Amino acid sequence: MTDLTFLEILYFIIPLMIASTIPLMLVATGALYSERSGVVNIALEGIMLMGAFVGAVVMKQLEPTELGTQMIALVGLTVGMITGIAFSFLHAFAAINMRANQIISATALNMFAPAFAIFMNRTFSEQGTQRVLLARNYRIASVEFLGDIPFIGDLFFQGAYLSTYIGIVLFVVAAVFLYKTKWGLRIRACGENPHAADSLGINIYKIRYAGVLVSGALAGMGGVIFVLSFATAFNASVAGFGFLALAVLIFGNWNPKRIILAASFFALMRIISNTTAVVPFLRDLNLDPELYQMLPYIATLVVLAFVSKNSAAPRAAGEPYDPGKR
Amino acid sequence: MNAILNYVKKNYIGFSVSVLLLLQVFLLPTLLGEEAAGGILFSIAAVGIGYFGYKAYLFRKQNPDFKAAESTTLVNILGSVIAILTGLLFGFVLMLIINPNQAIDGFFTILEGGFRNIESLGDMIYFSVPLILTGLSVAFAFRTGLFNIGASGQLTIGAFVAVYIGVRWGALADIHPLLHWLAAILFATIAGGLWGAIPGLLKAYRNVNEVVASIMLNYVAMYINTVLIRNFIYNPDFARALDIKPSAASPTFNLDLLFPDSSINAGIIVALIVVLILHIILNKTTFGYELKAVGLNRDAAKYAGMNAKRNIVISMIISGAVAGLAGALLFLVQGKHLTPVNTILTEGFTGIAISLLGLSSPIGVLLAGLFYGSLQQGGYFLQLYDYKPEIIDIIIAVIIYASALGLFLQKFVLKGLKASEMRAARQGPGDATGDTTEAEGSDDK
Repeated sequence: MTDLTFLEILYFIIPLMIASTIPLMLVATGALYSERSGVVNIALEGIMLMGAFVGAVVMKQLEPTELGTQMIALVGLTVGMITGIAFSFLHAFAAINMRANQIISATALNMFAPAFAIFMNRTFSEQGTQRVLLARNYRIASVEFLGDIPFIGDLFFQGAYLSTYIGIVLFVVAAVFLYKTKWGLRIRACGENPHAADSLGINIYKIRYAGVLVSGALAGMGGVIFVLSFATAFNASVAGFGFLALAVLIFGNWNPKRIILAASFFALMRIISNTTAVVPFLRDLNLDPELYQMLPYIATLVVLAFVSKNSAAPRAAGEPYDPGKR
Repeated sequence: MNAILNYVKKNYIGFSVSVLLLLQVFLLPTLLGEEAAGGILFSIAAVGIGYFGYKAYLFRKQNPDFKAAESTTLVNILGSVIAILTGLLFGFVLMLIINPNQAIDGFFTILEGGFRNIESLGDMIYFSVPLILTGLSVAFAFRTGLFNIGASGQLTIGAFVAVYIGVRWGALADIHPLLHWLAAILFATIAGGLWGAIPGLLKAYRNVNEVVASIMLNYVAMYINTVLIRNFIYNPDFARALDIKPSAASPTFNLDLLFPDSSINAGIIVALIVVLILHIILNKTTFGYELKAVGLNRDAAKYAGMNAKRNIVISMIISGAVAGLAGALLFLVQGKHLTPVNTILTEGFTGIAISLLGLSSPIGVLLAGLFYGSLQQGGYFLQLYDYKPEIIDIIIAVIIYASALGLFLQKFVLKGLKASEMRAARQGPGDATGDTTEAEGSDDK
């Protein structure tokens, strides 16, 4: 194999990195909403998986029809979002109404999702396998006009996915909503000091439901993006992206701007681990690809160990709201 | 050590009965042949039930005005039972929807589970060993106020160390046939403990939430495992770890004679010993009391002169060690291989489920682990009908979700108990509850 030039490597890596960054960023934003409203949601992995499963099944059903490829992707994303909302409702109900241990109820969802997906697939698919194969290619070869811009067009508007652009728009909307609107302020108040918020007439339960359901919507959508971007098949797994998104949230110190940075860093490490054989510099280092994949988790641990004193984690996250308690 | 001896002295009846039973298990099959197996199992079951009945009788005598609704243990147990029933009901409904014709047969297959025949009973015990141990790991941490969601990582590290020793240290078997296996499980336990110490240290000294830290460590362990396998014990022909030496595989201690044709091995003995040790530590020692006190209220424990930081680290080390042991017993079996694929071993999460079902008490975890093993066997036989075995995982997930709604369930149970007591009081003095569930409750105290 001939060595790639620097520019070729850039053209090769950047689109892949963006494709990985988007789901991480979106799901981490979902986790941000949930935690800011005061509910810890480690069920993201399960919710992503559920969204990916239902989204993939629906897209597979639509593939033989006349519908345009990007239209199917859009339907898939929407279905994933709705599934995520429905599935996260279970977590919201347990955490908010039942004051259950949030880790336990989330673990139940994380266990339920793969079991349900595998069971349903093996029961109803023709070959009895757990995979949902997608036939069409959802990559956009080149965005009209924008794809022709030199350099930038090559990096950002060729070989990208519809989900990339939707993801960026959603991320910006979500971040602005949380930090610049009245409702965003209310959500954040519920995660910091729910009793104070309650005393000002805010309905803690409603706000927390909103927080969890938004996280479910984004995670469910993130699951479909995962399938569209690097899998082209659903195989009852989202490869730990839900937990990685949680790491992104922590590494990004519960702050949207830093979530972008954290997600890009994590995505880069993931891409590097997959391209060690192609990129000359990495090939010379001759390290196991897993070492790069491990790095985000270790970095998160280090950050946790050294900045936990002035962490921006919501103070009331993980505690059920009890109006009678002060 | 002293506390353990004291405990043995105090409970000499129970211990002598168990020693007799163990002797029966190890010696009789060799003396009498396989035909005796059924009789032996039956006598063990009879003695076990008799023992718990006797315990219940003693408890009743010592607490004449015992009220079911006031016993949190009993209420918790009934909550667990209701959660289990909810899960089973969900599974049944799912089966009815998918294939109504076979739903009833299939459902009874699940209920029958491992109790189908002696062979499946042995397999059930074999499969439940790693689950009991991971359950114990999570439960122990939970009792001391820590949520060890990292059992999966500790188990992975333990499994690697055990398999490495199993592959490379065959020379140990020349010294003593059992030494190789013992060394493998010992070092796996130590490795698991060290891995568990990391979130403990982070929690104690840097105030890092142990849930988040151990999730991260699960993935680090998963990748480290892959790297280590590929670099040290890789078998490229099958893309998996090398076979362990026969001397490192868990011995059977004649248990295979008791459960002919099943895969049972000495793992269950190890699991029973760990159950006993953790039960004593948690319930009968000052050390365990301190660990629990720190878990209940770190500041109060500190005020009472306990070293909260040290106790947190020790809790996590013990919890990790038990998970590491689970990993060792899971993979120290011939024909079972670690593979360098980046997937999280699910046993760690199953451990959470079992710990919850067992109400985080070692004896409860033992029962919950066996129950889970039985369900798994049920799932295996379910393939005779037109259902996929994953339905068991769905049922378990629903059970866990239902037990997460514990508060609600407990209120429900309390209401029921109070109502039945009122009724009993109106009808005159009589036995309101009583039976084996109560015996388990009293045993936990």
